[in-house]
Amino acid sequence: MARLLRTQTGKTKCCSLHTVAFLLIILVLVLFGWNVSPVLWGQWLRAPPKPLQLRQGALASPSGSPSPAFHGDGWRALPGPPSSTVTFSTSFPSTGFPSLRSVMQGIRKAGAELLYPQPKVLTPSRNDVLVLTPWLAPIVWEGTFNTDILNEQFRLRNTTIGLTVFAIRKYVVFLELFLQTAEKHFMVGHRVTYYVFTDRPAAVPRVPLGEGRRVVVLEVLGGPRWQDVSMQRMVVISRFCKQRFLREVDYLVCADVDMKFRDHVGVEILSPLFGTLHPSFYGAARKDFTYERRPRSQAHIPRDQGDFYYMGALFGGSVAEVHRLTSACHQAMAIDQANGIEAVWHDESHLNRYLLDHKPTKVLSPEYLWDQQLLGWPRVMKKLRFVAVPKNHQDIRAT
Amino acid sequence: MTFLGYKGYLNPRNQKLDSIHAGVSMAIREHNGLRSVKLSRMVYPQPDVLTPSRKDVLIMTPWLAPIIWEGTFNMDILNEQFRLQNATIGLTVFSVKAYMIFLKQFLKSAEMYFMVGHRVNYYVFTDKPEYVPHLNVRNGRQIIILKIQSYARWQDISMHRMEMLSTFSRQRFQREVDYLVCADVDMRLSDHVGVEVLSSLFGTLHVGYYGLNRADFPYERRPQSQAHIPEDEGDFYYIGALFGGSVSEVARLTEACHRAIMVDQANHIEAIWHDESHLNKYFLYHKPSKVLSPEYLWYQQQMNYVKDQNSTSPKVIKRKRFKVLRKNYRLRDW
Repeated sequence: MARLLRTQTGKTKCCSLHTVAFLLIILVLVLFGWNVSPVLWGQWLRAPPKPLQLRQGALASPSGSPSPAFHGDGWRALPGPPSSTVTFSTSFPSTGFPSLRSVMQGIRKAGAELLYPQPKVLTPSRNDVLVLTPWLAPIVWEGTFNTDILNEQFRLRNTTIGLTVFAIRKYVVFLELFLQTAEKHFMVGHRVTYYVFTDRPAAVPRVPLGEGRRVVVLEVLGGPRWQDVSMQRMVVISRFCKQRFLREVDYLVCADVDMKFRDHVGVEILSPLFGTLHPSFYGAARKDFTYERRPRSQAHIPRDQGDFYYMGALFGGSVAEVHRLTSACHQAMAIDQANGIEAVWHDESHLNRYLLDHKPTKVLSPEYLWDQQLLGWPRVMKKLRFVAVPKNHQDIRAT
Repeated sequence: MTFLGYKGYLNPRNQKLDSIHAGVSMAIREHNGLRSVKLSRMVYPQPDVLTPSRKDVLIMTPWLAPIIWEGTFNMDILNEQFRLQNATIGLTVFSVKAYMIFLKQFLKSAEMYFMVGHRVNYYVFTDKPEYVPHLNVRNGRQIIILKIQSYARWQDISMHRMEMLSTFSRQRFQREVDYLVCADVDMRLSDHVGVEVLSSLFGTLHVGYYGLNRADFPYERRPQSQAHIPEDEGDFYYIGALFGGSVSEVARLTEACHRAIMVDQANHIEAIWHDESHLNKYFLYHKPSKVLSPEYLWYQQQMNYVKDQNSTSPKVIKRKRFKVLRKNYRLRDW
């Protein structure tokens, strides 16, 4: 705001008292005039649109600035004041809490209304992918959402997000990068609690955290095999939902630990229940999904059924819905165990059965769960947000 | 500058004008009753992640609310989801003075096309309860007649609907239905309108403006009105004849619009499109969680005023579900 005014008045600070007083009076008058003179403000906005390159430059910034609203001819460069200092949709700096910086977010008018390009009804936001499931749940892809509007909606509710992660035995080695990158890209500007479940609490690294964010370390025993560790997450999360999460957070995001954030993952994912498209199967026919196919298992899905193949490495929702999901999966796994059968992809198989019967209210595109080493970077992925960290499977899984 | 500042900033009346629809957008609370229900096994085509369901229109707003167009949803899945929750829908309609002539056709067509298979309460607000036609309705549906006073000017009748809806939402609808759909009476249904529209808060795109720039939307442009929207703001132009949501969200919307109308009245100003102008202001700051495409309110007369579109029937409109009836506009003054 100060820089904006400086550009407008074109004056520089000076040492003389008279000049300072004069400047202050000018400032006060301008402020008052601002309030009721939409025409004045309108002049700024009708300045020639900034060239596209400037926007794209802003997008390339390392802190993972949020998405432009649209692609294609639905997109219009947002006109702005001639000064190049104010950018549209800056991402929240990870060390600053938004209330202090709210004037810097988006382009705002004196009354704090948000400005953004008009949505165009006759222009799809994406012409290459499905953005809505048949039950009208959004499929979240880059280009379909405006981060400023969403951030505002969730900040107004003082939303708190819990991120659960399990680091058992050698997997503690992934924690530092996970937490560091989360600080840069995950729900920046919102209240976040990291719940780190581990059997080695002393090995949890101390990572500098932004305001409104904290780490809670919870000690658990790790199951004997990696499959057991994977599956036990369901019962542990379920138990802690009631014990703790219900009182402390509004939404839960349950993630694998051997990952890192490399681009924005924000409130666009939040809804009562969400799953994530597995990056290896989003283009596959349902008969080729690696569902559990044996009818004896609780996770069984026949070949003529199924919407998507969801990956177990990222799911979430409201605490109540995550509690229901994890309890149901835990119970299903217990029944399977009693019947001497283990689903082909363990908790992931049960997750898929659950999400077939209880349709999620949002589905995250594979941008939210990617493996660049394995899958490269196809054109349809405009951003790679949460990606696998390369690891030696044999080595890390051995006790 | 000082003079302008005094007029704008220090004038207490102007400050009051800003307070009702206060600046930043409010989050719509998620509808509490809707938990993920367990569906029975169904067989239907697999959704294809690499194929958009519609290539010619926007099907989701920038705040991730679905825009409901034909081809974007599977009715079987949605019907099952809402049946399992035993959802009850209230359809409100105002049939005052001469508009009574529309009521019978409205209700008969609703019996055929509106939320078929679900529990429905028709709430008929009227100044002449004795003239409400007797109609046999299906199982699980009923007509409830609510007597209200009428006003001399049709604009007043239109705007007082907000007050009535707000009052009755709190006093009655809250206990009887889960969702409200608020419609004009001079319409008839000619195609399916179902649970795909239901969400916490929904509005409908006005058929005459969905292809235009926001500067050309007929928002109220005078800053003195509570409904004022400047030319650089606005998502869509919503039509006043069809909106709804959960009872609590509709109560909030109608209360806010009613108060805004009263403030305008005290300041001797009437918004250009009356309650519709106030509705648009509300939706700007309280983003709806679903938006209905112009399929849901087809208005043939309006199409004559639309530039750069096929005037009889744009290709993007695959179905015409609610049709506004041709009428003699002088009917309003009877």
